[in-house]
Amino acid sequence: MSEYTFGNPEIIEIDTDILLVGGGMAACGAAYEAKRWAGDDVKITLVDKAAMDRSGAVAQGLSAINTYLGEQKPEDYCRMVSADLMGITRDDLVFDVGRHVDDSVHLFEEWGLPIWKDKGSEGTPLKDGGKPVRSGRWQIMINGEGYKTIVAEAAKKALGMDNIHERVFIVKYLLDANEPNRIAGAVGFSVREHKLYVFRANAILNVCGGAVNIFRPRSTGEGMGRTWYPVWNSGSTYAMAAEVGAELTMMENRFVPARFKDGYGPVGAWFLLFKSQATNGYGENYIVKNADMLAEFAPYDKAAVVPTCLRNHAMMKEMKEGRGPIFMHTHTAMAKLAETMTPKEIKHLEAEAWEDFLDMCIGQAGVWAGMNIRPEQSPSELMPTEPYLLGSHSGCSGIWVSGPEDLNSPDEWKWGYNRMTTVKGLFTAGDGVGASGHKFSSGSHAEGRIAGKTMVRFVKENKDYKPELKADIKAITEEIYKPVRNYIEHKDKTTSEDVNPHYILPRFLQMRLQKLMDEYVAGVSTYYTTNKVMLEEGLKMLTMLKEDSQNMRAKDLHELMRAWENYHRIIAAEAHLRHIMFREETRYPGFYYRADFPGLNEGEWKAFVNSRIDPETGEWHMRKVPHVDLVEKHYTGQGH
Amino acid sequence: MPTFVHTDKCDGCKGGEVTACMYICPNDLMKLDTERMKAYNQEPDQCWECQCCVKACPQQAIEVRAYADFVPMGGAVIPMRTDTAIMWTIKFRDGEVKRFKFPVRTTPVGSIDPYGNKPEPGDLNDNCLFTETGKTLPTI
Repeated sequence: MSEYTFGNPEIIEIDTDILLVGGGMAACGAAYEAKRWAGDDVKITLVDKAAMDRSGAVAQGLSAINTYLGEQKPEDYCRMVSADLMGITRDDLVFDVGRHVDDSVHLFEEWGLPIWKDKGSEGTPLKDGGKPVRSGRWQIMINGEGYKTIVAEAAKKALGMDNIHERVFIVKYLLDANEPNRIAGAVGFSVREHKLYVFRANAILNVCGGAVNIFRPRSTGEGMGRTWYPVWNSGSTYAMAAEVGAELTMMENRFVPARFKDGYGPVGAWFLLFKSQATNGYGENYIVKNADMLAEFAPYDKAAVVPTCLRNHAMMKEMKEGRGPIFMHTHTAMAKLAETMTPKEIKHLEAEAWEDFLDMCIGQAGVWAGMNIRPEQSPSELMPTEPYLLGSHSGCSGIWVSGPEDLNSPDEWKWGYNRMTTVKGLFTAGDGVGASGHKFSSGSHAEGRIAGKTMVRFVKENKDYKPELKADIKAITEEIYKPVRNYIEHKDKTTSEDVNPHYILPRFLQMRLQKLMDEYVAGVSTYYTTNKVMLEEGLKMLTMLKEDSQNMRAKDLHELMRAWENYHRIIAAEAHLRHIMFREETRYPGFYYRADFPGLNEGEWKAFVNSRIDPETGEWHMRKVPHVDLVEKHYTGQGH
Repeated sequence: MPTFVHTDKCDGCKGGEVTACMYICPNDLMKLDTERMKAYNQEPDQCWECQCCVKACPQQAIEVRAYADFVPMGGAVIPMRTDTAIMWTIKFRDGEVKRFKFPVRTTPVGSIDPYGNKPEPGDLNDNCLFTETGKTLPTI
């Protein structure tokens, strides 16, 4: 061991049939499902950047499972998802999640996840007819602090710890030397030991979450870590797939959650369970007040639930015109609920309100404690956050995949194996699958299971395939450890190793990315507004930033991880920028505005936008892909 | 709300190569200072305040201090977790203390039998997950 040093790692080569890259909900679902179908003759290996018990978006826990259909039909689930994402979603992918998701929730409950039940059905599992406490039409309440530890236990037991590598960060996928457009392996490094890992695999599942911290956050000091989505989601899913030529879809989409200010605590339970109202600074309901403005985005404004971006759109109008701050009237809602409650029930209600934060966003509880905010006594401020890219929550960024073959979808949507990308053998799920969304934790697990099963079929039907990496391991090692070389070569040339003209710290590269994305690509400082000229300027800066990424330094393995995370962020950000530039309309007001194309253009732009990097040349190619609805959509809901 | 470590409580997990906090931190922030045998947060402004390390610390040596750039001083949120429940202590800036207790799990840790009492997998070529064997899936 001792001969291996920083930048001179031991090279560990591992052959496997299926490689799962990531350890979150989708990876855990895939591990659980795939192992059952694989038996003993298909080898499955999982690599996680962190420790599976607390990795991914559910690391901290959750206070609700946002997708549980129960008595409802997958068709209605498709309608909800489509409306919230302004009409452009793949019904085949959404329907598929909808018909499987409850099975995953039933497993969670069997494994030990406490799920709230309505009075009268306490103790009866959901699968036996127990009635969940619904906070909304699709959401159910849980005691979810330990959610991820439970789901991880099942996945770890299914695979066996011998097949799991924790604290190994995969940074690149590798294509096959002989067969074009065929995945053959992946390479990464241990963030704890001087070890480089080279995996050769027949099929790979790419499930590393969404992209966080590509935009300048509202808090720029210590609070930078208090992102809404997990701070460790670095866009690796999108970047690594794009770099081997997988087609991306809807990367112009983003999510800008309106959350409790600064702590970014959840508002769902407040709106849906506690029936709280949000208003502008003068007590006006901004959705009702701005109904006419939202009607410009018909028919989506007439959806049963007003789409998330349109609710933001109305909120931002009030803020921009000086009628902020936006308040959530928690105290009024609690007082109304308390009218018909006993003192004991009121106490319970207060605990529920706090648990909503403590299960999934402890930082917001810290903000309230520090500010002496008691929800039963005073309102709390809301604020739209910096933008995030993701495919599992209220967003549909991601990778273009083949869908299930048994639905009435066009042939172009089912060219291969379910959840396989346009690169043969490369699969994805959860935040990775674009043009769907609203899967949340349970749907991501279910989608991982869908992919897990089809990957076993893929491997069995391609069992003669022998991966041969189209890469020289020595050259790849040099590329991966370049930030280390930069550091060792130059660090002694200045008296302070942090200020050195020969390299850039990953931290400052990230800040440059965040500043340019904020200022040119519709971040918070322009109220989420951009135009073609701004985007072109932004792209120039992003291009120089990408060049400079070659000069990042890494003084230790932790900083090497940051260097590669930030490289991935740049690629994800570039996809986002190019997609926004390509789509000449404002499809998601309240998430971003193309000031030069301020309206919705259903005639020309009710279509997917797909992009692909040619792995030979590095050039981006954009294309419009026709959209069709497989499920008839209605927009005659409650309106506002 | 970055984590901090109480010097007098941290024992460096008694010389193990990886401390409990290092093992669990989803963002690889906690680090062992091998000279002092004390853990610390190496990158406080990348802390998501998930408190995974706080919950995992066998010495209860870790706490969080609210983000200095926007939260007034004096509050605290402190968990005490067992295998079945979590007890939270909320201290307000003005001194009031509230306590809440919530369940975290209904089954013993380690008791999951992933494939016990589950059906054998059915047809690899259809769209049913293995637990849905024999089910007729809805289609459109």
